[in-house]
Amino acid sequence: MSIEEIEQEIIEEFEIFDDWMGKYEFLIDMGKSLPMIEEKYKTDDKLIKGCQSRVWMHSELKDGKVIFTADSDAIITKGMVALMVRVLSNHTPDEIINAKLEFVDKIGLTQHLSPTRSNGLVSMIKQMKMDALAYKVK
Amino acid sequence: MLLFDKKKTSALKHFIILQFKFYLELFLTLHFQKMTTINSIDKTIIDIQKVRAQFPILSRRVNGKLLIYFDNGATAQKPIQVIDAIVYYYINQNANIHRGVHTLSQEITVAYEHARVTIQKHLNAEHAHEIIFTKGTTDSINLVAHSFGKKYITKGDEIIISEMEHHSNILPWQQLCEEKGAILKVIPINDSGELLMDEYEKLLSSKTKIVSVTHISNVLGTINPVKEIIALAHAKNIPVLIDGAQAVPHTKADVQELDADFYCFSAHKLFGPTGVGILYGKEKYLNEMPPYQVGGGTIKTVTFAKTEYADLPLKFEAGTPHIAGGMGLAAAINYVNEIGLDAIAAYEHELLVYATSALNKINGVKIIGEAANKASVISFVVEGLHPFDLGTILDQLGIAVRTGHHCTQPLMQRFGIQGTVRVSFAFYNTKEEIDEFIIGLERAIKMLS
Repeated sequence: MSIEEIEQEIIEEFEIFDDWMGKYEFLIDMGKSLPMIEEKYKTDDKLIKGCQSRVWMHSELKDGKVIFTADSDAIITKGMVALMVRVLSNHTPDEIINAKLEFVDKIGLTQHLSPTRSNGLVSMIKQMKMDALAYKVK
Repeated sequence: MLLFDKKKTSALKHFIILQFKFYLELFLTLHFQKMTTINSIDKTIIDIQKVRAQFPILSRRVNGKLLIYFDNGATAQKPIQVIDAIVYYYINQNANIHRGVHTLSQEITVAYEHARVTIQKHLNAEHAHEIIFTKGTTDSINLVAHSFGKKYITKGDEIIISEMEHHSNILPWQQLCEEKGAILKVIPINDSGELLMDEYEKLLSSKTKIVSVTHISNVLGTINPVKEIIALAHAKNIPVLIDGAQAVPHTKADVQELDADFYCFSAHKLFGPTGVGILYGKEKYLNEMPPYQVGGGTIKTVTFAKTEYADLPLKFEAGTPHIAGGMGLAAAINYVNEIGLDAIAAYEHELLVYATSALNKINGVKIIGEAANKASVISFVVEGLHPFDLGTILDQLGIAVRTGHHCTQPLMQRFGIQGTVRVSFAFYNTKEEIDEFIIGLERAIKMLS
C-alpha cells in the first residue's frame, strides 16, 4: 500500500468515532499494539527532543525501504507514534520525504501539531523525514 | 370591682408594654450583635459567585465544557477591573512617561508613579524608589544576578539556592558562577518537600555572597520559612533574594517584616497583565549596583566620554516601560486587597485540604510535596501513567491542569520522576470544580489503564 492509501485507511477507521473519547481510546489501543523498539535502542541518542513525553525512534534501511521502530513512555503519544510508524515505515526514503501526511488533520488530531502541545508530533515527523533523507544521500 | 378591674387592666397593659419594650430591646441588641458578627465574617468570606462574575474568561467553554481553570500557578486569570484599567489607559491616557511636557504625558507619569506607590504599599517597602518595574520575575532575578554579580561576586565566592528552585532562579546564578568562577551551593530538601534548614545553616559561610530562594515552591506548594532563612543569612551579613512569583497571589509579602534584601514577582500570576513584574531591592544595594540594561530614561547626562546615570528607580528602567502593564498591575493589587489576602488564604486553604483528601482517596495517586505549610498547589503522579496522558484527557473534559517538569528539572531528579500533574487553585475556584476534576481524573485513569 502507498502512504496515501494507508492514510485513507486510517481516516476511515477514525470516521467510526464521532466523539473525542472514542478517538482517544482507539489511539490508546493503537499505542498498546506499537511494535516496540529494541531495548538496546532506547538510549538518549535515539530520544526525540521537544517532547513532554519521551519518544525513542530507531530506523534502518532494508531492501531500499526505511523500517521504523519506536516507543514512548506516554500512551497517547505512543498511539500517535504508532500511527506515524504505520504510515511511514516500510517505504522508500523518497516516499517518506514527500509524504504530506494530511490524515493528521482529517482525523481531528490537528491540535497535536500545535507547538504548545509539546508532545513532539512535529519533532517526530521531522526526525522520521531526516532519517529518510540521511538514507537517501548515503 | 370594676375600678379594680380597670386598675388591673391598666397594670396589665403597663406590664405588657414593659415586656414588649424589654423584648424589643433584647431583639434589637441581639440582632445588632448578629449584624456586626455577619459584617465581620463578611471580611473573611469570599462571595464566590460575585468574584467569578468578575472574571470574564471563567464563563467560556473549552472542548464543549465550561472551563475549569486549575493552572493558576502558570498564570492567573484577569478580573474585569484589570482589563478595564488596561483598556482605559489606551483609550484615555496613552503617552510616554517621564518625558513630555504636555498634559497627557504628565498625567500618565503621575498615574504610573502612583502605581509604583500602590506596589510599594502592598509590599510595605520603605521607599517607592525601591520598587523597580521589570518584565517579570525572571527578568528581576536576571537583573540582580547580573548587576549584583558584577559589583560583588568574584572568584571562589559562593551563591546559595535551593533544590526546589524554578529554572529562573537557577540559570542566572549558574551563568554568573561560570562567568566569575564562583560556586553554586544548593540547599537540599526532605521527602515531604521541605528545606533542610540544618543543611542550609551549614552552607552559610564567609564565602557566601548571596542567598536566593523561593517563597513558595511552584511544584510542591511548600511555603518556605523565608523570614528564618533571611535572619540566618543576615547574622553573617549575607543578603537574600526571595522569589515571590508563587507567593504574592496567596499571601501577604511584607518586605520590611521579612527584612528581604530583594523580592521579585510577576504581575500575571497576581491577576495582572503579562510582561510586567517587580523587583524590590533595598536602597543600600540598589544604589551601589550598576545599571543592568542602559539606554533611554536611565541617565542624567550623556557625553561620548562619560554618562552620569539617573537615581533610583530610573537607573534600572531602560527604555519605555510597559506602562499599560503597570496600570494593570496596580488595578490587580487594588482588586486583591479589596477581597483581602487573609480571606483569599483561608479560602484557598479550604480548597487545598478538600482536593488533597479527594486525591488521596484515588488508588495509585501519589502527591509530590507534603509539607506541613503549603499553598494551594498540588503536584501528583499516578502509578503507571504519564502526566502528559492525564493532562490530555483532562483537557478534553475542559479542565486545564499543568503537566511536565514545571521548569524544575533538578527537583524532578530529586524525586526520581519525569514530571507531575499539577493543579493550582485561585480564589475563584470552587469545591464543585474540584469534584468535577476528581470525576474527570478517575475517568482518565480508567481510559489510560
